Amino acid sequence: MDMLLDYGKAFLVGGLLCAIGQVLIDYTKLTPARILVSYVVAGVILGGIGVYKPLVEFAGAGATVPLTGFGYLLAKGVKEAVTSQGLLGVMTGGLTAAAAGIAAAIVFGFLTALFFRSGDKS
Amino acid sequence: MNIREERIVSQKKLTEQEYEQLNKKASPNTKSYITIPSAFLIGGFICLIGQALTNFYISLGVVKDEASALTSISLIFLSALLTGLNVYDNIAKVGGAGTLVPITGFANAVVSPALEFKTEGLVLGLGAKMFIIAGPVIVYGTLASVVYGVIYYLIQLFIK
Amino acid sequence: MPNRISQSTILLPSAPSILAYAAVAGKKEGEGPLREEFDLICDDTTFGEKTWEKAEMRMQMDAESRVLKKADLRPSDIDVVFAGDLLNQCISSAYSLRGLQIPYIGLYGACSTMAESLMLSSMFVDAGLANRAMAVTSSHFCTAERQFRFPLEYGGQRTPTAQWTATAAGSLIVGAHGEAPFVRGVCVGKIGDLGIKDLNNMGAAMAPAAADTLQTFLKDTKTSPQDYDRIFTGDLGQVGSDLLYELLSREGIDIKDRHDDCGLLLYDRETQDVHAGGSGCGCSAGVLCSHILKLVKNGTYENVLFMATGALMSPTSVQQGESIPGIAHLVHISRKGE
Repeated sequence: MDMLLDYGKAFLVGGLLCAIGQVLIDYTKLTPARILVSYVVAGVILGGIGVYKPLVEFAGAGATVPLTGFGYLLAKGVKEAVTSQGLLGVMTGGLTAAAAGIAAAIVFGFLTALFFRSGDKS
Repeated sequence: MNIREERIVSQKKLTEQEYEQLNKKASPNTKSYITIPSAFLIGGFICLIGQALTNFYISLGVVKDEASALTSISLIFLSALLTGLNVYDNIAKVGGAGTLVPITGFANAVVSPALEFKTEGLVLGLGAKMFIIAGPVIVYGTLASVVYGVIYYLIQLFIK
Repeated sequence: MPNRISQSTILLPSAPSILAYAAVAGKKEGEGPLREEFDLICDDTTFGEKTWEKAEMRMQMDAESRVLKKADLRPSDIDVVFAGDLLNQCISSAYSLRGLQIPYIGLYGACSTMAESLMLSSMFVDAGLANRAMAVTSSHFCTAERQFRFPLEYGGQRTPTAQWTATAAGSLIVGAHGEAPFVRGVCVGKIGDLGIKDLNNMGAAMAPAAADTLQTFLKDTKTSPQDYDRIFTGDLGQVGSDLLYELLSREGIDIKDRHDDCGLLLYDRETQDVHAGGSGCGCSAGVLCSHILKLVKNGTYENVLFMATGALMSPTSVQQGESIPGIAHLVHISRKGE
């Protein structure tokens, strides 16, 4: 039952974050690239002021999978690194925390490009 | 008379503002009653898959933070595969922000230019153009994190 | 000799003849309402090539060889070719004509290139500068998409006003002596720009230029829309067509009952998901060199106006926030030579 609740919360919060993105696409002049940037920066800010952490605890993947979660991860990484390394952590914390995602995107992007080709649209 | 004024006069006194009004009337609106619910459903579903993956990794005995990272890697892999199979763009046509906002959208934005521009070579095509869409996300995400890091560092200094 | 009657309008008293025409279309275009009218429909839009640019070049070569065959002419019989496409430096045209060894003039008129090349071919023939001139243009959805918008596999949503770049090529040969259809006059368009900046609404960006060119031609020739059986615009799509009606109605001109838009003829918008209609120089080229010229040749129409419109921005100018300059060139095509 708890598991089912987990799924429900992830679906609901994740869906809502995406729906907000769609509202921005439909009703503002923001391009998709700008929306992605806004989401990441918003994630850093919300993570920094401590708002996003409770959301992650509540919704799990519903909060970490959207790009705000990526921003939250950057903020969290910086905070931990500053605590352990001081000023150096300002530079190392963010990208260290995000390394898994970025490296995965590069590796799978490279492999995909090697084995597939783009197709015509219909 | 400057160039801009001349241009307007040549269009028989119809100003850009008036034309924008006409354009608004002629342009059909996005059907938000379809796009917003489908973004919600498809985006929610991707997060649900993410939750299922996280639960799966935790059930294997992985700690929570690492399970979360593994989930991201798995979703990026799935998105890359679907992009390579020419499927992700078709889901995105319906999903809109539902496929844009999750980490899978970030992966698609990295993979699709790599795939597209490999015809211009492995270095200047694939390598150089991989981040033409997703690059800003990393640039501004990193910048924001550094700004936050500096603020956090100063706060620590003064509290101590 | 051409007879200039105003700043923009030039009549061609010798009425150069369109000797032959050919159109090649891609898969999606081949599934549209004009499927029976193309000379060749290629279901494989790669045309068997490794890159999309080569595919477009191959498609243009097909259009060139087919029109030469239909006219029963060799490349050396053609005195000049006017060619263009959407790609940087017009590479599809330059590469497709590399082997033919015809004096070449490359054009960039965006989606208006077919009218531009037909216009110049006819003027060259009428002025006696060429016995036979060829006009050829093409566009390919995939090359245009990767140059102007996003990678093909990028998951983006199109807005309702966006237009679909046609995968098609059209070619024709204009000669001094021949049968109908004849080119009777042209109107060289001026740049029109009323501040539209949205790359996904090119119809709106081009409509002011179209209205201006048509109005100028009608005024200069002292004719009215009723003197023409049909008025074809290049690819304004639905939004641009509606705006054209609105702009013309302010001048007391009504073309609604005799107007068709190539961007709306090429696809079935109900089933083909092209949003506001087709675009790209292949769009008006494909429709002209199959549908329109055939209808003039077989006598369905006596007089038509073909006015292709183009949006002359570049990705750089759009990113810098500039508005989109539009152009429209008009060609009067008739079944009668005098």
